[in-house]
Amino acid sequence: MSQINRIDGGLIDQTKSVSFAFNGQILRGYEGDTLASALLANNKHLVGRSFKYHRPRGIVTAGSEEPNAIMEIGHGAYKEPNTRATITQLYNGLEANSQNHRGPLDFDFMAITDFFSPFLSAGFYYKTFMWPKAFWEKFYEPVIRHSAGLGKLSMLEDPDTYDKGFRYCDILIIGAGASGLSAALTAAESGARVILADEDFVMGGRLNSETNEIDGIKGSEWAKQAVAKLAVMDNVTLMVDTTIFGAYDHGIYGAIENRADEARADSSKPRQVNWRIYTKRTILCAGATERAIAFGNNDRPGIMMAGAVRTYLNRFAVATGQSISIYTNNDDGWQTAKDLTDKGVNVVAVIDSRSIDPVMSIEGAEIFMGTDVTDTKGRRAIKSITLSNGKTINTDTLAVSGGWNPNLHLTCHHRGIPKWNEELATFLPDSSVPVGMSVAGRAKGTMVLADAIVEGHNEGSAVALDLGFKAGDSKPATTASVAYNVTAKWGVPSGKNRAWVDYQNDVTAKDIKLANQEGFKSVEHVKRYTTLGMATDQGKTANVLAIGIMADNMDKSIEDTGTTIFRPPYNPVAMGAFAGRRRGMEFYPTRYTPTHKWSEEQNAIFVEVGMWYRSQWFPQPGETFWRDSVDREVRQTRESVGICDVTTLGKIDLKGTDVSEFLNRLYVNAFAKVPVGKTRYGLMLREDGIAMDDGTTARLGENHFVMTTTTANAVNVYRHMQFCHQCLWPDLDVHMISVTEQYAQYAVAGPNSRKLLQKLVDPEHDISNEAFPYMGAGEISICGGIPARLFRISFSGELAYEIAVPTRYGDSLIRVLMEAGKEFNAIPYGTEALGAMRIEKGHAAGPELNGQTSAYDLGMGGMVSGKKDFIGYTLGLREGMQRNDRMQMVGFKPVNKSALLDAGHSMAGAHLVNLRDKPDTFTDQGWISSSIYSPIFGHYIGLGYIKGGHSRKGETVRAVDLVRGQDIEVEIVSPHMYDPEGECLRV
Amino acid sequence: MIINHPLLGPRDSEEFVYLGSADLINRPTNWESEEAAEDFYQYLYIRENIAGDNRELWYHEQGDQSWLVVTRCTLTHEIKSVELAQDVSRAQGRSK
Repeated sequence: MSQINRIDGGLIDQTKSVSFAFNGQILRGYEGDTLASALLANNKHLVGRSFKYHRPRGIVTAGSEEPNAIMEIGHGAYKEPNTRATITQLYNGLEANSQNHRGPLDFDFMAITDFFSPFLSAGFYYKTFMWPKAFWEKFYEPVIRHSAGLGKLSMLEDPDTYDKGFRYCDILIIGAGASGLSAALTAAESGARVILADEDFVMGGRLNSETNEIDGIKGSEWAKQAVAKLAVMDNVTLMVDTTIFGAYDHGIYGAIENRADEARADSSKPRQVNWRIYTKRTILCAGATERAIAFGNNDRPGIMMAGAVRTYLNRFAVATGQSISIYTNNDDGWQTAKDLTDKGVNVVAVIDSRSIDPVMSIEGAEIFMGTDVTDTKGRRAIKSITLSNGKTINTDTLAVSGGWNPNLHLTCHHRGIPKWNEELATFLPDSSVPVGMSVAGRAKGTMVLADAIVEGHNEGSAVALDLGFKAGDSKPATTASVAYNVTAKWGVPSGKNRAWVDYQNDVTAKDIKLANQEGFKSVEHVKRYTTLGMATDQGKTANVLAIGIMADNMDKSIEDTGTTIFRPPYNPVAMGAFAGRRRGMEFYPTRYTPTHKWSEEQNAIFVEVGMWYRSQWFPQPGETFWRDSVDREVRQTRESVGICDVTTLGKIDLKGTDVSEFLNRLYVNAFAKVPVGKTRYGLMLREDGIAMDDGTTARLGENHFVMTTTTANAVNVYRHMQFCHQCLWPDLDVHMISVTEQYAQYAVAGPNSRKLLQKLVDPEHDISNEAFPYMGAGEISICGGIPARLFRISFSGELAYEIAVPTRYGDSLIRVLMEAGKEFNAIPYGTEALGAMRIEKGHAAGPELNGQTSAYDLGMGGMVSGKKDFIGYTLGLREGMQRNDRMQMVGFKPVNKSALLDAGHSMAGAHLVNLRDKPDTFTDQGWISSSIYSPIFGHYIGLGYIKGGHSRKGETVRAVDLVRGQDIEVEIVSPHMYDPEGECLRV
Repeated sequence: MIINHPLLGPRDSEEFVYLGSADLINRPTNWESEEAAEDFYQYLYIRENIAGDNRELWYHEQGDQSWLVVTRCTLTHEIKSVELAQDVSRAQGRSK
């Protein structure tokens, strides 16, 4: 069997053979084919099984509206399910497999569900599987999921590349059919920047499917020449194989460009590009989609849309059968009969539901006017049809036309509601289209080609003129005027036979009727109850038909019945295309600290902190377990000196005569009188009185300050400060800039830290305890003139400094420090040791600043000034913010010091309950927010929140961790466990 | 969306961070008065839910770090005007 349905001609290259596989069978087609046209050329009508009933299904359309012919393309990780065969360009080696059947396609074991169809009607999920309740999760749902459904994912990472792009134009024209090309020609002539996009891989729209002559030549040839003319113009961008999927605010459109061809040849090239197009004006020329008619057993393979039969015939040189019949309610259906007989294909019958005179004579065909199709026969392909007059006709293709619906989806993306038009028996775009959009051609309801061309031509120049571009004086192309008359035909009484409305979701006219009978009157409710129009095709062939049937059922006008809302995307878009290059490590930028390269040389273990990579610990030879390293780093820092890269802290440089006043309004504590050369710890609240961030701010000069924030809040704090300045106090003389990335900053901590730094600091700077006391700050120089800033602050609780140098010296500084520190056994320490020491010292950090805690809860109530206004002052005074039974921060020590030592985890996450309470939501007293093994104390310690904690020190409670099965007794202590008097800091 | 920055021209909304109503500019100054608690409560928590033109604060974080007052119709997303928050604040009598 080799392309037995192929005839001569078409817009394909019949000298270039292409081989592909369908369900493992090797078949041939030609260059220019779609997968669907190549399958039909090989007489493969049966291409899939339906969603619910596993009915045999065939190709119905020739475009993106296809409900049935959805397949898995490719294999392994490249496999893509639910791909529409009708828009998949054929290529050598294409592998396609049909979906949703068990066993071979010809004999699907699940087809048995078709016999159970009485139980699977609208809303069957809600009715049938309600009892027994326990069966849902374990039995019903897995069975339904297994039998219903679409293609299967490969479950492997998508190996393809996707990209994003941005384009700008004056006029975007969507659709390159007759009206779109006409609009593009006049718009382009005016000099405006034009983008013309079309979802097909060949521009021309229906002109490629039809036989109309334009300007005396074949329509497809006219389209080709128009495209060639546009292609050489500098102000025109042609985007072929590109679907505009959404209309967004202010002239922004989303577009998916398919570049599968290029990506197959070179895997580094993107398979799809997600374009964001910025345009001043848009002309929608998206054409129209043909709809079906609901009659008995209207879903058999071989029953197709009449326009699609023409597309396969004229564009792809495929006769979809040997004895074809046509069922129509409009003039356009007759064109299919005419084109077929013109090409010598046998048309057996034309059935027109309208009681009018035949539209034309069709040689060799029986003509039935005022007649409907009521039933069909043929299990795997249609064999015969039965008419309302009782007559049966043998046929192998039934071409159906229920009329054409304008593709007005994009006009509704800003909640525009289409308007019903009785004469055309369809919805038309109304005036509430997105700002800047206009519509031309069949998308607007201009169904006569000659008129659509003129409309496009005029709209192109009118829009250009609006934007100040003068169009030329070219005339619109001319073509014979062919009338389009239609009389609405929705459902045909079909007795017991089911009449399908939505093929892809297996929704029948009966389902809609049942939904109406059960009280679902709104289109939106019927849609959700029956799942109509909710499949990957979004009901492009089904929705209007369904509304017509609903109106009939309820004896209402279609206008009163209404429509559902169209939302983006117009066609399915791969998730990968939205992600673009932002996958894996490229999800967001990676920030490295100045010591990163040096730390890699030390085999440091890194941890992601937001976008930053920080050294977590530095394993030494012989250390096999992370805590070996961390405990050593803590001990050695507390005994001698350790160095930690703290560059990731936010740094904000502030200058101006009002900075001290500005800081005074941001922090809870007094900042107005910080002397030059001093640093002060500050706590910032949100306006609602909740702690926002803490850090230190140093006064380097009379009008010069530098602030540090926590790593996590650096961006938010800076944004907040800009808000406070620009919006609240615009005339304060304050200038600020983030210098987080401009300075490398290292903590040098431990009893020998001063001795180490003295080796580097230039001799003119005295950093002795007397000259540079605790909380001192200053601009100094090191290593013979390198500018640096030194702050005597401590997060570890030891004598400690933070030293900052311009970032370009950062790598050099860590090497110099480590070299100079050799005599003190200086070590680098990572974020784990940093965390251990701050918990020992009782400093709050991220886990404590959790957006629920006031200054009082943190034990910093005494710091809060009552003599000034600051952000959060007034609302922080509310009674509920200061109550003594709030969750208050305290420290915790296990009663049994060896508790958890063998458990391999800390107390973090445990909840606190009183000794004799059963742990549950009602007895919950609080939680452990941070916990670590303290090498100094030799047991686990923790920080956390407990109700009224400040007055419960000495009390014993239980730390219960139901997840990890731990239940230990802990003593409530002061959070300041290490050196509570702060003596180490001041030596 | 496109926000027409008064200094930098039309910019994609992706460059901005949204905060909320421009009423947040009107922070009470009467922290010492008896009405302070009520006034701050009204200032921080009570908002009109406007179907129509809404004045709101946007921050040009990926740009010049200006806070802007954007007047946007919540029904159509049409942006009617864009002003520097600093100018709005001054015009409303705020200074230091």
